[in-house]
Amino acid sequence: MKYLGKKLFTLVMTLFLVSVIAFLSFEIIPGDVVSSILGTEATPEREAQLREELGLNDPPVVRYVNWATGVLKGDLGVSYRYSKNMNEMMPVAELVGDKLPVTLWLAAFSLIMIIAVSIPLGVMWAKSNNRFLDAALNVVTQTTMAIPSFFLGIMVTYIFGILLKWFAPGGYVSYEKDPWGFAGYLLFPALSIALPKIAMTARFLRNSMLKEMQSDYVRTAYSKGATKRKVMYGHVLRNAMIPVITFLGMIIAEIVAGSIVVEQVFGLPGVGRLLISSISTRDFPVVEILILYIAFVIIFVYFLIDILYRVVDPRISEK
Amino acid sequence: MTKRTFPKWNTYTWVGLLMTGLVLLLGIVGLFWTPYSTTQMNAAEIFQGPSLRHLFGTDNFGRDVFSRVMEGLSATILISTVVVLFAAGAGIVIGAFTGYFGGVLDEIVMRITDAVNAFPSILLTLVILSVLGSGRQNLILSLSIVFVPSFVRIVRGEFIRLRDADYIKRARLMGVGRVRILFVHILPNIFSVFWVSVMIGFNNAILAESGLSYLGIGVQAPDATLGNMLADAQGYLQVAPWYVLAPGLTIVWLVLGFSLLSEGIRIGGAQDD
Repeated sequence: MKYLGKKLFTLVMTLFLVSVIAFLSFEIIPGDVVSSILGTEATPEREAQLREELGLNDPPVVRYVNWATGVLKGDLGVSYRYSKNMNEMMPVAELVGDKLPVTLWLAAFSLIMIIAVSIPLGVMWAKSNNRFLDAALNVVTQTTMAIPSFFLGIMVTYIFGILLKWFAPGGYVSYEKDPWGFAGYLLFPALSIALPKIAMTARFLRNSMLKEMQSDYVRTAYSKGATKRKVMYGHVLRNAMIPVITFLGMIIAEIVAGSIVVEQVFGLPGVGRLLISSISTRDFPVVEILILYIAFVIIFVYFLIDILYRVVDPRISEK
Repeated sequence: MTKRTFPKWNTYTWVGLLMTGLVLLLGIVGLFWTPYSTTQMNAAEIFQGPSLRHLFGTDNFGRDVFSRVMEGLSATILISTVVVLFAAGAGIVIGAFTGYFGGVLDEIVMRITDAVNAFPSILLTLVILSVLGSGRQNLILSLSIVFVPSFVRIVRGEFIRLRDADYIKRARLMGVGRVRILFVHILPNIFSVFWVSVMIGFNNAILAESGLSYLGIGVQAPDATLGNMLADAQGYLQVAPWYVLAPGLTIVWLVLGFSLLSEGIRIGGAQDD
């Protein structure tokens, strides 16, 4: 429990630091927000009024505190670029809200694919003594790992979308309208994110298992008459999975990064596309929130992995 | 013990060297000469398939794709070389000092590298680029910053491993200066591990650069890089698949070559020990 408390404290501190950095780095950017929203034609009175509305006259520390307390209460600020109508600015929360499920589902689909394929593949690879299979898997995984996700996405579009016509490239339906259609449109983007990671994880698991198979406890288990099956799944796989769990944490962070690029390839209206367009239009309130959100996901995943690690390997908590 | 600055060669190293060498050569030649102009438009030759005249076909403006791939390659190679040189150089200096001397500074540097390493490099670069603004110089600058920690980590680990080795202790007793111990006595012995990380660094730099240029945040048109060529070509997937395949497969080829090289050096290095 003491460990959990300490970890939670680190989690909160890291998030605090990230939020400070995310907020302040956009403070040092040259250029006036107000004139970029209103254009150069605006009257000085209107500029002063907007400056007051956005709280731009306060010193940075006050602005950070206002922003951070707002975020904690669920008020994420207003976008500089999008507006609801002539008089009302678009709240960031509304802008981000309907984009979140797309990215989360995309990440979840790819993670499921990675785990479902790479673990059986890695085990089979470690178990096989077939030199041809070994060489073939080696070549295939090396090559797959070398394909950048955006090129893979384009290739998937070409093969499954244009040649086989299994889906309409660039198409999308929202979750509310048609859950199955929504899942269908996410399937191929998820595949493009997952493929290189499947190759990576399978290689990693295979190497981890090969290392474990040389341990003394494996010999002992065999000499006690355990079957190969029992040794492989009961002993080797369990121990080999420990480093794989940490590896998967890293993979999840990579999936988040991959989804940003792949959303662009497939034209999915997710967080990644919003981030890219907000960066290009310099819509900083949106960028800040998205950075904070992505950082939170990654930090939280590492936190969960740390906890899971202790559950799987009790030796660590004894030390 | 014979000192080797580069580990024993094996099949991986040979194939990797051949693959990267070929493409690097194309890229270097591309700096000075391309078969056709990379900007000259030619309405008569729009979307021609690959042929002997145009090895990789032509694009929507009738430009020769092979020439543009050469130009894109040289941009990609130039950017990743600068990034890796800077990041590896800084990584050696910071990693050597923190690893060898330890202490509070080491602790602080390690916390920072841990934090940076936790985030995918493309994401961090994206964040820095959104502050600095896009473009070639800013891309190089932000990638260089983002790549330093991974080198620091590896170099530091090796210096910790070697700082108490017998021959280092002996050198200390003989009164060899600290800086000389760091860079003359220890550094040559970490080269096999270091080369592996340089090759992986190249890969990551190439992937990050082309990814960001694909997203339109890295190198901007009209300058060609493999990444922004892909972004242009994607719209013509149906009419001109070769236009997409040429830059895409070039990236795959280059990255695969570097990973085979790193694999080869790793295996060779393990055999040397």
